[in-house]
Formats: sequence, structure tokens, C-alpha cells
Amino acid sequence: MKINIPTPLRAYTGGQQTVSVPGATVGETLQQLTGAYPELRLHLYTPEGKLRSFVNLYLNDDDIRYLPQKEATPVKESDELSIIPSIAGGCRRYL
Amino acid sequence: MLYLSYSDYAALRAHGEETYPHECCGVLLGNAAPDGNHVRQIVRAGNTRTDRAHDRFNIAPEELIRIQRQARKQGLDIVGFYHSHPDCPAQWSQTDFAEAHWVGCSYVITRVDQGNAAITNSFLLTGTSEEDKKFLDEPVEIEVGSVENEQEKGHA
Repeated sequence: MKINIPTPLRAYTGGQQTVSVPGATVGETLQQLTGAYPELRLHLYTPEGKLRSFVNLYLNDDDIRYLPQKEATPVKESDELSIIPSIAGGCRRYL
Repeated sequence: MLYLSYSDYAALRAHGEETYPHECCGVLLGNAAPDGNHVRQIVRAGNTRTDRAHDRFNIAPEELIRIQRQARKQGLDIVGFYHSHPDCPAQWSQTDFAEAHWVGCSYVITRVDQGNAAITNSFLLTGTSEEDKKFLDEPVEIEVGSVENEQEKGHA
């Protein structure tokens, strides 16, 4: 399955925009990805192993957080997984 | 250095004027090069923070994925983002910094005073992790050739 790597994380995939990895579920493909590119793990997961709050994972057009099986969702070779760090901000300090 | 055509520069500032007193936001598409980020196209995005759009912005990941797909077809990449600060300085805020995660990308901020675009600045997010990231002031080069082209269009 193809995984789309966002600009800031390409430094850890040898500059590749997309990486193809095997796997039957979202979780398995992510394990394959971080196995092949270990530095990515630090950027995707907290030291406790939880997906960082600002990292969004989309299977095609669906946020995996809202899929019933989440990371256990089965994937097909033709599926696309996108890693999308959040984009937000604002002009005032935290209140 | 951030390289931006005059028309894109004018368009992102106009976007901030249109959404005033709310923040606007959008994506800078182009190519990263050793001398900086070269913007070829800007894409407007919706601000999902309708609860407090006057001082917050957020781009839906779904929209970002759509923009990224279109960009890839054109051989372009996401090289930065822009947003406006209504009646606030054109400087990154603590919120901007806390929510910035695209290292290597340019974050363009336009101050909009009473509906009129004032200063536009750019900040490059650098670092290797969330712990050591920082914003650096980034010079912006408005491509002069594109100003002349715009003027020629205006006279045509």
C-alpha cells in the first residue's frame, strides 16, 4: 500500500514523497513503515507509543480515528494512507 | 528565502481583507530548493474554527489532502501556509508556534488593520523535532517580473 509522506517527514524517508509497504491492516503498514524508517517513529508517536495528537492519519478520505476498527482496519493494495500534520494557529496567546 | 509572485502576494493579502474580522488561511504550493521555498500557486482554505475565527484558524486535514493530491498532479508540493492576524501584529504568536508542525515550511502572516492588509511577514519553521523547533524570520522576495506582467495585463 502507498503511504504519502508530508514535506517535513521526508528527511526521514530519503526524500521520498510516497513509500510502498506491505501489510494487511493500517497498523501493520505503519509498523512496516517505521521498521523501514525508524526515525519516523519519534515523529509519529509519543514515547508511550501513542499517535501524536497533531498527526492525522487518513485512509483514503477517512480519518482512522473515526473508523470502527481504527488501526486494525483492513487495507487493500490500491488504498492510500496519508500522514497529515495539523495546520492551525491564531493571533492571540492561549487564554 | 520565500519567493512569491506579486499576484500571489496580493491574493493572500486580499484574502485576509475579505475574511476580516476573521482569520483567513491557505496553502502555499510550489517547490523547495536550496535557496528557499518557491511558491507557484496559492490555494485558499476554509477556516474550521468558526467558534472563534477572529483569533484562531484551522485547516481541515481532509481539505489539505485534497489540495495535496491536486498539487502532486501538477508537480507541486506544499511549501508553506498563510493566515491573517486581524488587528494583531504580523508576528507568530504562541498559538501559532505551538500548532506549527511542518518543519521546512514557510508560515506567512498578514496583519489586517480594520479590514486593510498591512504588513506581511514570513517565518520558516526549522528544527528536527517538536522539542527543538523554532521559527526564523524569513525574507520574502516578491518576483518583480510578475509585477510587470500584472501591469501589462492591466493595460491590455
